[in-house]
Amino acid sequence: MTTPVAADEPAHKTARPVFGFDTGLLKRNGTLIALALLLAFNILFTPNFLQLQTLFVNISQVTTIAIVAVGMTLVIATGGIDLSVGAVMALAGALAPLIFTSSFGVEYPVLGLIAAFILPLLAAMLCGLFNGAMVSYLRVQPIIATLILFISGRGIAQVLTNGNLQTFSNPYFSYLGTGKILGLPFQGWLGLALAIGVFWLVSRTIFGRYLLAIGGNERAAMLAGTPVRLVKIGAYVLCATLAGIAGLIVVAINSASDAARNGNLMELDAIAAAVVGGAVLQGGRAPIFGAILGAIIIQLVKYTLLANGVEDEVALIAKAAIIVIAVYLQTSARD
Amino acid sequence: MLNESTFDLRRYIQGNTHSLGVWVALFALIAFGLLRYENFGTVYNIESFLNYNSMFILISIGMCLVIMTGGIDLSVGYVAAFSSVVAAYLSPYGIEVALPGGVLAGAALGSINAFTIIVMRIPPFIATLAMMLGAKGGALVLSGAQTVSIDWGSNFSQLGMTKALDVVPWTILIVLGVIVLAWILLEHTNLGRTILAIGGSEDASMLMGLNVKAAKAFVYIFSGACAGLAGVFLASGFGAGQPLEGVGWELSAIASVVVGGTLLSGGLGSIPATVAGALLLGLIFNILNFENGKGTISLSAYWQLVIRGAFLFLVIFLQSRILNRSASKPASA
Repeated sequence: MTTPVAADEPAHKTARPVFGFDTGLLKRNGTLIALALLLAFNILFTPNFLQLQTLFVNISQVTTIAIVAVGMTLVIATGGIDLSVGAVMALAGALAPLIFTSSFGVEYPVLGLIAAFILPLLAAMLCGLFNGAMVSYLRVQPIIATLILFISGRGIAQVLTNGNLQTFSNPYFSYLGTGKILGLPFQGWLGLALAIGVFWLVSRTIFGRYLLAIGGNERAAMLAGTPVRLVKIGAYVLCATLAGIAGLIVVAINSASDAARNGNLMELDAIAAAVVGGAVLQGGRAPIFGAILGAIIIQLVKYTLLANGVEDEVALIAKAAIIVIAVYLQTSARD
Repeated sequence: MLNESTFDLRRYIQGNTHSLGVWVALFALIAFGLLRYENFGTVYNIESFLNYNSMFILISIGMCLVIMTGGIDLSVGYVAAFSSVVAAYLSPYGIEVALPGGVLAGAALGSINAFTIIVMRIPPFIATLAMMLGAKGGALVLSGAQTVSIDWGSNFSQLGMTKALDVVPWTILIVLGVIVLAWILLEHTNLGRTILAIGGSEDASMLMGLNVKAAKAFVYIFSGACAGLAGVFLASGFGAGQPLEGVGWELSAIASVVVGGTLLSGGLGSIPATVAGALLLGLIFNILNFENGKGTISLSAYWQLVIRGAFLFLVIFLQSRILNRSASKPASA
C-alpha cells in the first residue's frame, strides 16, 4: 500500500467484462445501486413511504447504526474488529438513568444531567481502552479480545440494573432522542456532526495517516516509526465512545433503559454497514461516509422487510445473507 | 480423570507443558470442593454437574478442532438452539429419530458455514457471526418464537435420566464417545494431522499437497454436529426446544479451548485438555452455587456472564504472557 486511500474514493479496479457488462462498474458503485433499488422498490410498493413520518422514523433508527458503524470503520481500518459495541451501548445506556435518578441526580439536576452524559461515556472509553490494550499490548486477536466485553459488558449492565427495565421521565435527557432542529431529529444532526468530525480526523490529521498506514501494512508502519500501539488503542477508544453515544441515544428515544436489549446484535449491523460502505476487513481504508451509506442501506432493508409484513425472525435471516453477500462481493472485487 | 487409560500420561505431559495448568487447577478445585462442601462429592451433584456440562463439553470439542485450523465458530450457541427445536419436533418419533435429526440439523448449518468460509472465502468470524443471526432466525421461525415442548410419552425425555447398565447416564456415555472419537481422529488419523498442519501454516499445508479444503470443511461440519448434539441434550434435559438459548455459549467454548492450552492462532491443541477446560469452567459455577447456598456470597444469575468474561480474560492474559516469553526464546515452541 503506497498511498493509503483516505476516504470515499474507491480504488480503481479492473474486472473482466461478463457478457459485455463491465462488472467492475457494478462492484464499484454497488452500494449506490443497491440504495437506488431499495428506494425505488419502497416508493413503488411500500404504503406511505413518501411521508415525513417515515423519514423521521428512519432517521432516528439509522443514526445509532451510523454512529456505531463510523467507529467500527476506524477499528476495521487498523485490520481489527470490535464485537463489543452492542454491549458498550447497553452499559452506557444503563449507567445514564442510574445517575440522574440517583439521590445525587435528584438533588442537583444540572450536575446530575451533566454526569449522566459524561460518566457513561467515560465508562465506554474504559471499555475501549481495555479492548485496545488487549489487542496492542497483549497481542490478542481482536475477535477474542472484544468477545470478552461482548458478553460480560452486557452482564455488567445487567448486574448494575439487576436486570430490570429502568423507566424515567427527564425531558432534558430525552432531548437527545426526541428533540428537533430545523424540523429534523436532533440525533440525526449529532450523527452527522460526529461523522464529519471523524472524517476530518481520518483525512486531515496525523492520527488518520497513522491509522491507514497500520491497516495497510502494520509491520512497515511500525518500522517507519508509527506509534502503532497508541494509534490502535485510539481507534478502539473512539469506537467504544461512539458506541456509548449511540447507547445514550437509544435510551433517550425510549425514555427507558433495557440492558438486555439495548444494542443487541448492533455489532452485526455496524460491521455490515461498514463493509457495505467499502471498509476492507484487512484494514487500510476508512470510508467514513461510506459507513453512513451502508447504515442507511441496512436500515432501509430492515424497514422494507418490516413495512411489507415480513416477520422479524425472517428479517434476521435476510440480514445474515446480506452480510455474507456484501463481504463476498467485496473480497471478490479485491482479487 | 477421562481417558487416563487410553493415552500415555507421561508423553502427554511432556508434549503439553502449557496445558498442565488446567489439570492442576481442575484437581485443586475438586479437592477444594470436596473439603469445603459435604454434598459436593455426592453422586447426585456429580451426575447433574456432568449432565449439564455435557453440552458445553460437546461444543468445546467442536470449537477446539475449528480453532486448531486457525478459524473460529461463533455460531455454536444458536446452532444448538436451532437443533434443540428440531429435536423437540422429532421427539414423538423417539430418540432413534430425534437424536440423529438434531445432529444432522447442526451438521447442515455447519456445512453452510463451511461453504461460506471455503467456497465464498468469507473470513470465519464474519461467516459464523452471520450464521449466529441465521440460526437464531431459523430457530425462531421454526418454533414460532416459543419453546417447543417435547413429547413426554416418548423415550426422548429419558435420555438424561436413564442409565446405561444402571451405572452411567446415557448423556455422559455419549459425550465420552465423542471425546474418544475426536481424540483418536486428531492424534491418529491423516485428517487430524492435516488439521494441525493447517493451523501451523495453511499455505505450507496446501503446498505439501494436503487436502486443506476438505479438512477445513470437516471441522466446521463437525463443530455444527457437536452443537447439534448439544441441542438434543438441551431439548431432552429441559423438556423443550429452546429457540432463545445459546447466548454466550461460544464464549464458554472458546474459553475452554484456550484454557486447555490450545493456541488461538491454531496449530497446537489437545482434546483432553479442552475437556478439562470445559470442566474447570463448569466447576467454577458449581462451586459458586455451593457458596451461594452457604450464604457467604450472593450472586444473581447476571454475574454468570461477567464471571465467564473475567475467566476468559485471565486465561488469555496468562497465555499471552507465556507466549510472549517463549517467543523471545526461539528454541522452545
